[in-house]
Amino acid sequence: MIVFQSVSRKFNSHATALEDVNFEIDPGEFVSLAGRSGAGKSTVIKLLIGEDKPSKGRVFFGQYEVNKLRDNELPAFRRHIGVVFQDFRLLETKTAYENVAFALEVSGRPQREIAELVPQVLDMVGLGDKMKNFPHELSGGEQQRVAIARAMIHRPEVVIADEPTGNLDPFHTSEIVKLLEKINELGTTVVLATHDKEVINDLERRVITLDHGRVIRDEKKGKYILV
Amino acid sequence: MFTIISRIFHFGLKNFSRNGWLSVATVAIMTLALMVFAGLILFSYVTHQAAASIEDKIDISVYFKTNTSEDQVLNIQQSLQGLPEVASVSYISRDQALAIFQQNHANDQTITQAINQLDTNPLEASLNVKAQDPSQYGAIANYLASPNLTQYIDTVSYTQNQNVIERLAKIVSTVERGGWAVTIFLVIIAGLVVFNTIRLAIYSSRDEIGIMRVVGASNSLVRGPFVIDGMLCGAIAAIASLIIVAPALYFVSPYLDVFIPGLSLFHYFYAHIVQLLLYELLFGVGIGGFSSFFAVRRYLRN
Repeated sequence: MIVFQSVSRKFNSHATALEDVNFEIDPGEFVSLAGRSGAGKSTVIKLLIGEDKPSKGRVFFGQYEVNKLRDNELPAFRRHIGVVFQDFRLLETKTAYENVAFALEVSGRPQREIAELVPQVLDMVGLGDKMKNFPHELSGGEQQRVAIARAMIHRPEVVIADEPTGNLDPFHTSEIVKLLEKINELGTTVVLATHDKEVINDLERRVITLDHGRVIRDEKKGKYILV
Repeated sequence: MFTIISRIFHFGLKNFSRNGWLSVATVAIMTLALMVFAGLILFSYVTHQAAASIEDKIDISVYFKTNTSEDQVLNIQQSLQGLPEVASVSYISRDQALAIFQQNHANDQTITQAINQLDTNPLEASLNVKAQDPSQYGAIANYLASPNLTQYIDTVSYTQNQNVIERLAKIVSTVERGGWAVTIFLVIIAGLVVFNTIRLAIYSSRDEIGIMRVVGASNSLVRGPFVIDGMLCGAIAAIASLIIVAPALYFVSPYLDVFIPGLSLFHYFYAHIVQLLLYELLFGVGIGGFSSFFAVRRYLRN
């Protein structure tokens, strides 16, 4: 479903983010991208959602060849993906409900359907009683749960999480990871980029380890090992 | 399609109300710019009136020898009216000239007595010629200098006032041309100020635009609400600027009217308020929407 084919991303002759990266992710997998800050995890995700283009190689997502998508084709493509970020990226001027509803509104879904779906998903992430709160009225963990609800409201094929627990304490971290596992159990592919050793070791799922822009390890039931 | 359009409006209005201070600041700057715009419209009216009132004062008077018959004078009047440069020709007969003279000096005993002692009317018949354009008096004066006319003519006021007339003509055209230059220059500046203000307002929303893009909002859905927002700011600013200009004009107008007779700026303002409002709305809404459209564009790449 997701294929990286000899992907390199060079900014100039002495700044390389990725070098000859190859991997495949099948539908329904839960894959962790491990590595230190600066290893290239975020670049992989940017290339995957079309926010950046590779200098060499090809990136496939289902029937899309992501590196060839034009600006005006990106919006439709992104509706197949749900993305969760370290800094939550919620719209400050919208309530929890509106933030989640927004992802459906942009794809032109009817209001009736939105009014039905949004409370369901917010309930699922445990925020059924805080729908009318604005982001600044929620804790970090709660904001991230709103972001996850937004990422999965349109039933994407893949949920991509870029350091989703980076700003959270251990308690909220395990809460978020459990939520991602639950999403995966429902059949959605999950790609989780993190440098959190505990998170990866507790998951016991596939781990792709990056270092200095290269894949140094790809294991079915991986641990966080950096030598 | 309809859902998307109604959502664009919905988001636009919501942005406007939730961005509170930013919206107020944008409207305030746009109001200032639109006041300049309204000022320019009124200024162009003032210069036009000033030019017209100067123009109105310029004319040529042709005085005929007392032995010229009325028919001959009327013939010449007709031939003058046939010239393309001539706007109007009015005839003042010798009797009328005398009546006017007597009226003007009714309080002056010496003159009244002196006139009463004369048995003939010493005043000459005259034609008062106004040109279409002040620069054309030279041509009219040339026509009057032709030999078949000079035999009837005693004096032509142009030859006496040539310098003054030419200078006035120059002032009129300079004022009108200068007014346009100033107007265009200030409109461009006002436009740039508004554009920059809106750009800054949108710069503060760049994260929001990024989020919209990530959740898969199409370009038109990202851009639409900002354009609506900008147009709304423009519309409010247009109304606000006229609300501020109206009382200011009420106080300033009488002082201006002293300088330029027949001006009555406040009256003009009231008579044309709907038209002014339309211009202001057109300019405000136009530049608001246009600025937003282009300011968002740079955030719509990738």
